[in-house]
Amino acid sequence: MLDNILSILIFFPAVAGIFGFMIQKDSMRAYGVSVATIEFALSLWLWFSFDSDASGMQFMEQVPLIEAFGISYIVGIDGISLFIVVLAAFFTMIGIASLSDTKNVKNMIITLLMLQMTMVGVFVALDAILFYVFWELSLVPMLYIIGAWGGPLRIYASVKFFLYTFAGSLVMLVGMLFMAYFYYQATGVWSFAILDWHRLILPENFQLWLFLAFFIGFAVKVPMFPFHTWLPYAHGQAPTIGSVILAAILLKMGTYAFIRFSLPLFPDAATFFMFPIAILAIIMIVYTAMVAYAQEDIKQVVAYSSVSHMGVIILGIFALNVEGITGSIFLMIAHGVVSGALFLLVGVIYDRRHTKQMSEFGGLASVMPRYATIFGLMLMASVGMPLTINFVGEFLSLIGFYQQSHTLTLLAGMAIIVGAIYMLSAYKKMFFGEVTNEKNKNLPDLSKRELLALIPLSVITIWLGIYPKPVLDPINNSVESVVQLMHDKSITDEAKSRIPNLVKDIVITRTSKEAQ
Amino acid sequence: MLEPINISLESLNLITLFPMLVPVIGALLIILIDIIKGGLDKTLFVALSILFLFIDFNAVLSSASTFVTDGTVMGVFDMMLIDGLAILAQLIIVGASVFFLPLVISGKSFHESSTPEYFALFLFMIAGLQFMVATDSLILIFVGLETSSLAIYTLIAMHNRDKSFEAAVKYFSMGALAAGFYSFGSMVFYALTGSVEINQIASVLAANNYADIGFVLVGTAFMLAAFGFKVALVPFHTWAPDIYEGSSAAMAGFLSIVPKIALFVVIMRLFEFLIHSGVIWLEIVLYIIVVLTMTMSNMWALVQTDVKRMLAYSSISHAGFVMAAILIGTTQSNTALFLYWILFSATNLGAFGMLWMSRQKELLAGQSSDHSYEKFSGMIQTNPVAAMIMGLFMLSLAGLPPFALFWGKLYLISSAVTAGYTVLALVMALNSAIAGYYYIKLIVYMFMKEPLEQNDGTIIVGNSSLVVKSIIGFATIGTIFAIFAVSPLLEFITAFVYNSGY
Repeated sequence: MLDNILSILIFFPAVAGIFGFMIQKDSMRAYGVSVATIEFALSLWLWFSFDSDASGMQFMEQVPLIEAFGISYIVGIDGISLFIVVLAAFFTMIGIASLSDTKNVKNMIITLLMLQMTMVGVFVALDAILFYVFWELSLVPMLYIIGAWGGPLRIYASVKFFLYTFAGSLVMLVGMLFMAYFYYQATGVWSFAILDWHRLILPENFQLWLFLAFFIGFAVKVPMFPFHTWLPYAHGQAPTIGSVILAAILLKMGTYAFIRFSLPLFPDAATFFMFPIAILAIIMIVYTAMVAYAQEDIKQVVAYSSVSHMGVIILGIFALNVEGITGSIFLMIAHGVVSGALFLLVGVIYDRRHTKQMSEFGGLASVMPRYATIFGLMLMASVGMPLTINFVGEFLSLIGFYQQSHTLTLLAGMAIIVGAIYMLSAYKKMFFGEVTNEKNKNLPDLSKRELLALIPLSVITIWLGIYPKPVLDPINNSVESVVQLMHDKSITDEAKSRIPNLVKDIVITRTSKEAQ
Repeated sequence: MLEPINISLESLNLITLFPMLVPVIGALLIILIDIIKGGLDKTLFVALSILFLFIDFNAVLSSASTFVTDGTVMGVFDMMLIDGLAILAQLIIVGASVFFLPLVISGKSFHESSTPEYFALFLFMIAGLQFMVATDSLILIFVGLETSSLAIYTLIAMHNRDKSFEAAVKYFSMGALAAGFYSFGSMVFYALTGSVEINQIASVLAANNYADIGFVLVGTAFMLAAFGFKVALVPFHTWAPDIYEGSSAAMAGFLSIVPKIALFVVIMRLFEFLIHSGVIWLEIVLYIIVVLTMTMSNMWALVQTDVKRMLAYSSISHAGFVMAAILIGTTQSNTALFLYWILFSATNLGAFGMLWMSRQKELLAGQSSDHSYEKFSGMIQTNPVAAMIMGLFMLSLAGLPPFALFWGKLYLISSAVTAGYTVLALVMALNSAIAGYYYIKLIVYMFMKEPLEQNDGTIIVGNSSLVVKSIIGFATIGTIFAIFAVSPLLEFITAFVYNSGY
């Protein structure tokens, strides 16, 4: 049923956004919430009808666009992308629902719906050019959200965000064109379909160059350590909703693309660059954690901690084994839920006091107990406390990388302790002690609208922390097939030994059957 | 006793002249009408010109179908050469003119469009450009080039402002210099080979194995300078921004597209064989010029305060992109050139159309020039639809997918990759990123700043009329849905370019 559900998921918000121009201003919020809810329901339906036991692509659709040049509209979904799509729909929904009163609500909601189209598109696209289209298109709504509703430095922040990502992805585009050309040389047909590319085995030196080209595009988006400077500005200036979507979904595009492109296309290069990238990831974890400790502004603390955790995701991906990659995908979802929630929480206090300086607060726990409870829960989850959602992902990622290097994993583990220090000290500054600032004495606790957004997030945080199986299983199946593909495709001995072979037993039984 | 010259009329193949004669007849008719009854309205002349251009377009289409069945056709003592390139270029020239010309029917009336000579000159110019692309002979190219250029100088000056006169004189003197270079270059090639036909020149040079390479280089250098001036390549570009600023926005948009495609075809005919026969010097110099043109004009565009000047520099940069296609010189890159230019035409038509629509006669306080960035600030509040459309054109120019120009860029960069020009491909990609900044700058003004105090949004659409709006609408639709046109265009262009031997 609903064979083209993926296309519906992509274009429903866009069409709804265009209709949004006709809606009267006061009804706009209701319209936005209903559209986003329908979209979320559709994404749940997708999850429901998704076959968790299959590892390949499901709900595939294919329409040729430029046949002579091999560009097609191909969409499909597997365990890796399924939950990020659901997450994107979910966050757009609660993002719109909890939208505080801003100017031009109508423009904001239309922009958010357009953004949703690009987010879903990136995660379901199976054609490199289609992927690139959505990847680039997602910059425009975000540029507008930061630039029009942001803080005092909003224009600088939004343009910086746009140019960094735009420059990075153009290098990636050149890489994609090379990839298509190699495919053309090998087969005589142009193709940008990722599944076609997966079958192509490249010599190692080509892999290294192409890996780097793709890496620049993805690393800016994640953002990896030397390319991360746009993110604190973007987060610092963006309105709450912008930060929430940016942290929860947009950053995941980079890490998702590593799994979708870099690993299966260039397994040898991935092995070659495993340690350099792991070291970058660890620098990213430790350095940003230390920077976070030095921040005065609670939103910057959350922003830097978000970068820090992206480092763990990168580490998990470049473990190149099933545990690490599964863990990092789970952590993407966990990080989305937790950092999204933290940005929402920061937005709550900003709406009340119009400041994000921690020194302005203190003793909030006695004034806003419910707020303090949820903040505390999310903070614990962010630190990676067992029985919360982040723990599962971080644990699996680190276990995965432990098989590649003990020392580096240990270093990364230490960094998580640093994470606990800055988060807890920030919590102490804001919530404990006496209420010192007069203005804080009569702050209202969470309103119904805010609870509506935060309670589901808290429930997910604990539910998936205790029982992650329904999400982990489909991810695991798809990751196994990716890892197997990488093993089969790799040509160097180093890569063969680093990337585990999962079907060793099956191969033996098959040959024994043939022998009989 | 002298033998009577005996040539059958059929062998002259006069039909090859037909497409060029249509606008010439149209221009004469317009002058004739004006003599018989003066004081007629511009709408009449616009309509007549468009009708003639339609006939012209159909004539080119019919020569296209001849090309599909019979291949390249020569005519008129082998002066005319109707091959795939000639047909594609003529289609772009006439097609784009059909969209640009009606822009003169705008809300406010300006001096130039009230004179019928404007339209006659316009049609003469089209005829000149068509002659230029449909020949192999350096002399006929020269004639076409000068016919069109002289018409353009006058068209610019007719805008009747101080800056327009300045622009016209500047353009004229630069054009004269370029014409001088061109004739010197042709002279050298004629001296070397005894022929003015490019394919003859190529075969004679190849036959004696480029023995006089020194003279070939001198001729090439003159030609490069001549075309460099005409298409505004760095470092011969200095006239371009001033000309754009001095002409009306509609004329500037026209200049950025139509004359250039004609020149590109001529450059392709002349330089392709030179590059491919191992004139390394030309390849290196052209490489440097291409990179400089793309990069430097982007840098200059960053610091402009006037949108029209910014678009002028951006057009130079786009011309640099397209010159890269000529440098690469494969069938794929030559196809990419035409695809790029068609998509660029759609976008630039819209962008300059929007500027034309916002043309005002008096400046606001705080506004430094005709189309300064400040004029567009806060447009999302005052004219949301116009702001979105303008933003769309900027994104397309920046090469953001899935809008029109992205597909041209994609195919062009891909042709560089395929031909092994990796560094060039990266330079092109990074230049698109630099260019992103100044296009985004206009979006920042339109969407993120507050409007000027006396700007209630009426000046943005001050010069609009139904015609202007529908043309911009066409450009908008073309820009958004370009993806569906790329596939058929690609097949069509590839067939034409490949069958012409490029």
